[in-house]
Amino acid sequence: MSYFYIMNRIQSKLSEDKKLLSIYFTAGYPKVNDTVEILQQLEKSGVDIVEIGLPFSDPLADGHTIQASSQTALKNGMTTDLLFRQLKDIRKTVSMPLILMGYFNPVLQFGVENFCKKCAEIGIDGLILPDLPLAEYEEHYAEIFRKYNLINIFLITPQTSEERIRQIDAASEGFIYMVSSASVTGSSSGFGEEQEAYFKRIASLSLKNPQIIGFGINNSETFQQATKHAKGAIIGSAFIKMLSEEGITGISAFISAIRKV
Amino acid sequence: MKLNKQIPSAVSRNYNVNEKGYYGDFGGAYIPEMLYPNVEELRQNYLKIMAEESFQKEFRQLLKDYVGRPTPLYFAKRLSEKYSTKIYLKREDLCHTGAHKVNNTIGQILMAKRLGKTRIIAETGAGQHGVATATVCALMGLECIVFMGEIDIKRQAPNVARMKMLGAKVVPATSGSKTLKDATNEAIRDWINNPLDTHYIIGSVVGPHPYPDMVARFQSVISEEIKTQLKEKEGCENPDFVVACVGGGSNAAGAFYHYLNEPEVGIIAVEAAGKGIDSGESAATSVLGKVGIIHGSKTLLMQTADGQITEPYSISAGLDYPGIGPMHAHLFASGRGEFISITDDDAMKAGLELCKFEGIIPAIESSHALAIFETRKFKKDDVVVVNLSGRGDKDLDTYIKYFNL
Ligand SMILES: Cc1ncc(COP(=O)(O)O)c(C=O)c1O
Repeated sequence: MSYFYIMNRIQSKLSEDKKLLSIYFTAGYPKVNDTVEILQQLEKSGVDIVEIGLPFSDPLADGHTIQASSQTALKNGMTTDLLFRQLKDIRKTVSMPLILMGYFNPVLQFGVENFCKKCAEIGIDGLILPDLPLAEYEEHYAEIFRKYNLINIFLITPQTSEERIRQIDAASEGFIYMVSSASVTGSSSGFGEEQEAYFKRIASLSLKNPQIIGFGINNSETFQQATKHAKGAIIGSAFIKMLSEEGITGISAFISAIRKV
Repeated sequence: MKLNKQIPSAVSRNYNVNEKGYYGDFGGAYIPEMLYPNVEELRQNYLKIMAEESFQKEFRQLLKDYVGRPTPLYFAKRLSEKYSTKIYLKREDLCHTGAHKVNNTIGQILMAKRLGKTRIIAETGAGQHGVATATVCALMGLECIVFMGEIDIKRQAPNVARMKMLGAKVVPATSGSKTLKDATNEAIRDWINNPLDTHYIIGSVVGPHPYPDMVARFQSVISEEIKTQLKEKEGCENPDFVVACVGGGSNAAGAFYHYLNEPEVGIIAVEAAGKGIDSGESAATSVLGKVGIIHGSKTLLMQTADGQITEPYSISAGLDYPGIGPMHAHLFASGRGEFISITDDDAMKAGLELCKFEGIIPAIESSHALAIFETRKFKKDDVVVVNLSGRGDKDLDTYIKYFNL
């Protein structure tokens, strides 16, 4: 099979003239076989991009909510292999861009090339592996990602130097995941002046890749604040909390509430 | 003295870290971007700072006056007779706070001060590293927060009390399996949340580069002293073998450090087999582990086929870590090190034997290293240095229960 360059779904989505709403959820939570239904509901509710979280036993960059959902998902029996099986026919019903997000170790055990190949077969568009550093990626894995038309998404934080932001921008082909504050996931409540200044500072750098802001976005207000300065925003912990309280039936109301100005 | 091992030629024979932070194929810094500025700051400065004369002077002075170094190299006469070989014990158990851990915390607190950090965090399993960190924070008047698994807090009450007396705040890690690996995760998360004023004093030769190298350098005082002391006693700096237990691997790294590139010195790393390699309750990472990423380092670790990190088991809380430092993974993969695993029962027996033969109550971690003499035979004139990493006070409860004392 030969792979030629086609515009990735993430790239076409980014070229749309609108602010993007992206949702993260942990695969295998609340129940092990909820993955496909959650994705279908998210698409129906008008979500733009979804990050499907591959649960890991030791999620270093995550706060309590995502840790707990990962632990439950693993207890429920979620594995990399099972997730791929669940997603096998996902492109028959879901057309929005799909990103897998997880820690590097499970990917390494699956085999990086094997993992990317599976992603391509299913129609996954990109990966976010927070603990795979830029230098390692470029030296060992960039070629494999490209071969399978997978976009690798990098993170930046308020502490990332401009020099490094420019390196990351140069290595990116989709969007830059802009972490809103120095924190793990799920820990902020509202954005203050400091974040506002950071959002503006990054916006003023005229990077080639659009930015999508994540961490600490939990309602319509924070979504509006974030997207004032960025192409879009990602909601994770707040969505998972809603899922644990209301289940899949709560998705459509949750998404419309976020979108409401 | 003789050549111990044939080293496979395809793998790196450099046993020190390279400029990219790797020992052979192991190491690196697999960290989320949130940690990059902190780790990078440390990476760019640690060698420079350690080379400063004022740093060396202060470090050496504290090791001498505060820790009580040099620790003796003691010829264990009766034990040597029993096993008909020449056994020396490097007495890290006589360090202030009762174990080698303090060599590292003294070094890192001085590093933290020079980096302008005012808040110190650490992880701890059994509480030894937590106590050693709380101690140096008290010494320097710095805020100290120690993360400890909820289960370990219950198991190690005296060390929790010690840390509190020393002014540290002990924060229970309630995530995951609620033990050492989760305490380490919590410490890392705290560092992500506090990137500016905080230094993370990691407790072993684990974590992202430059930690394994930095901690190994601070602990290398152990083998530096062994060389001088052995020269005095045996007329030769090099023993035939150096033996140390490996949890994360810091006491072993210190004991091996100046011998890594001396091929005539055999290096023996002793891991905890727990209830037996095949029992499902073990911490023998070199046997049961596979290459992966744990706490920012590419190394050998115990994990499921799906890449989830599993919970190890050992009777000694200090050996109860699902990985080993990247230096040790390389010593194993390259064949430079000989790896032996010792069960709970054999370690406990060896611990009691040292009490009876030499009047020294060892930490159960160290007892694992002592236990190899039952099965690993040495020649009569072999000089074998065992790193006695800690004393057994902290383990009295376990000894009492095990032997019905
Ligand atoms: C006395 C003693 N020895 C050994 C260890 C294991 O750690 P490492 O392998 O880093 O020396 C510990 C850890 O707590 C310890 O307290």
